[in-house]
Amino acid sequence: MALPATFWLVVFFLLPLVFVAVASFMSRGAGGAPVAPATLAQYERTFTVFGPVLWRSVGVSLIATLISLLLGYPLAFFISRRRSPTTRMLLLFLVMLPFWTNFLVRTYALITIMQRDGLLNGLFQGLGVISAPLQMLFTPGAVMVGLVYGYLPFMILPIYASVEALDRRYVEAANDLGANDWTAFWRVIFPLTLPGVIAGSILVFIPAIGAYVTPDLMGGTRGLMIGNLIQGQFGGRGNVPLGSAVSMVLLAMVFVSVLVYTRWGQREDA
Amino acid sequence: MWLSPFLVYLFLWVPILVLVVFSFNDGASVSVWRGFTTKWYENIFAGTISAGTEAARFQTELLLKAVRNSILVATVATLVSTAFGTMLAMALARGRFWGRKTLDTLFYLPVVIPDITQGIALAVFFNIVFETVQRLFGVRLVSGFGTIVIAHVAFNISYVAIVVRARLAGMDPRLEEAGRDLGANHWQTFWRITFPNLLPGVLAGALLAFTLSLDDFVVTFFNSGVGTTTMPLFVYGMLKQRVPPEINAISTLMILASIVLVGGSLLLQQRGNRARD
Repeated sequence: MALPATFWLVVFFLLPLVFVAVASFMSRGAGGAPVAPATLAQYERTFTVFGPVLWRSVGVSLIATLISLLLGYPLAFFISRRRSPTTRMLLLFLVMLPFWTNFLVRTYALITIMQRDGLLNGLFQGLGVISAPLQMLFTPGAVMVGLVYGYLPFMILPIYASVEALDRRYVEAANDLGANDWTAFWRVIFPLTLPGVIAGSILVFIPAIGAYVTPDLMGGTRGLMIGNLIQGQFGGRGNVPLGSAVSMVLLAMVFVSVLVYTRWGQREDA
Repeated sequence: MWLSPFLVYLFLWVPILVLVVFSFNDGASVSVWRGFTTKWYENIFAGTISAGTEAARFQTELLLKAVRNSILVATVATLVSTAFGTMLAMALARGRFWGRKTLDTLFYLPVVIPDITQGIALAVFFNIVFETVQRLFGVRLVSGFGTIVIAHVAFNISYVAIVVRARLAGMDPRLEEAGRDLGANHWQTFWRITFPNLLPGVLAGALLAFTLSLDDFVVTFFNSGVGTTTMPLFVYGMLKQRVPPEINAISTLMILASIVLVGGSLLLQQRGNRARD
């Protein structure tokens, strides 16, 4: 019964990845095609020439993950504290709905607000906060906002699940033993919801580090990320082996994050 | 130190509401309100996007074609991936066979691996296959509808399998045992007991697959070839070139479609849960 799905996944998912892995160790031929001899030059170029973009992408994604956590945790906590299940469902629906709206549409919505003659600049100028419109788009900051906006629900849902599963008696016990709310939160609640926090962080970090659309439309040349580097190598005047090497580095980053998750994220569930 | 939940909701919703409100704006600007109009919607339905330009008819034709392509791709990809994904979930949950553990890991991979990697890897793969076919048979294959559907099925199977599996995990295996004890064979047990119980999960998985397929830009972008444009590709093209004022209206219609799809999926899951309780 598992045969059709396995066939599909092996032929149209695994095999293509193997091709990319092989291409990443080859030289650049005519038209950017991969040719013999085998070489490590593509990886060397990835880290030297593309190094700054690589590390900036990691930085932008980490900060976007952190911001998502700071925004998402209180919201997830707030939702799970509502008494009525209907209210909780409704509040969760209000989180999920923007998320299910087409990604390009959401990105475009942000652009209309952040652009030079957009709503935010209009508002600030109307209030007299600024005299000239701010350049908000086409910066690493804009990409960060776009990533947080795009993937925030990935943070909220797992945290919600872990807060929801939390046994309130632990908190009561902590209070009985003299802990104030602050202490009870940091010593009892937060550690117990850590699996949700780590799951959410991984779920935000992974699509953020591999993002293509957000940096493409909101980042400009100053906000390029790994995804844009990869795309650039597969078009005309590209370099397929180099693009493959960058893809493999991106994959390695993703696997490291998943490893972190399986190491620390699931431990407390047991 | 923490922002209030209200502000986070504002952050999630303001961009979308601005889009919807300004789709009724009598004026092309997105920051200055010039009064209420429905003319952008009328333009879309009358087939005169970017009216006044010679490209109007062309743009609208492309838009309608993109909508048709999106729905067609999503429908075929959903049917295939729901069938395969459900079978996979059944096999992983109930079956005992060689390589089960490996398969269990393999089917999670498409969920975690960045879509740009999946997109370009498949494009490289198709390129090699097409070249080989041409060398051997002299037939020139090109990317298009077929390659997009194959790509969408490749990432949808996993999502369907995850949803269906969650449903299977919540199902009492004693129901199936009871069926067998009462003399039902494998086939009868599946169709009379397992499948009806599983149906809400299968439908929820199918709706998820359909939505993901409609939404996908990156994987489609790399595997679409020249001829086949889907809705996200069309929107991307507009954002990259000149943005016609109708885009807010188009976006609002797409938001409406997501509300209907996601609402339907949630309702199905809830009804399934209630039936289970």
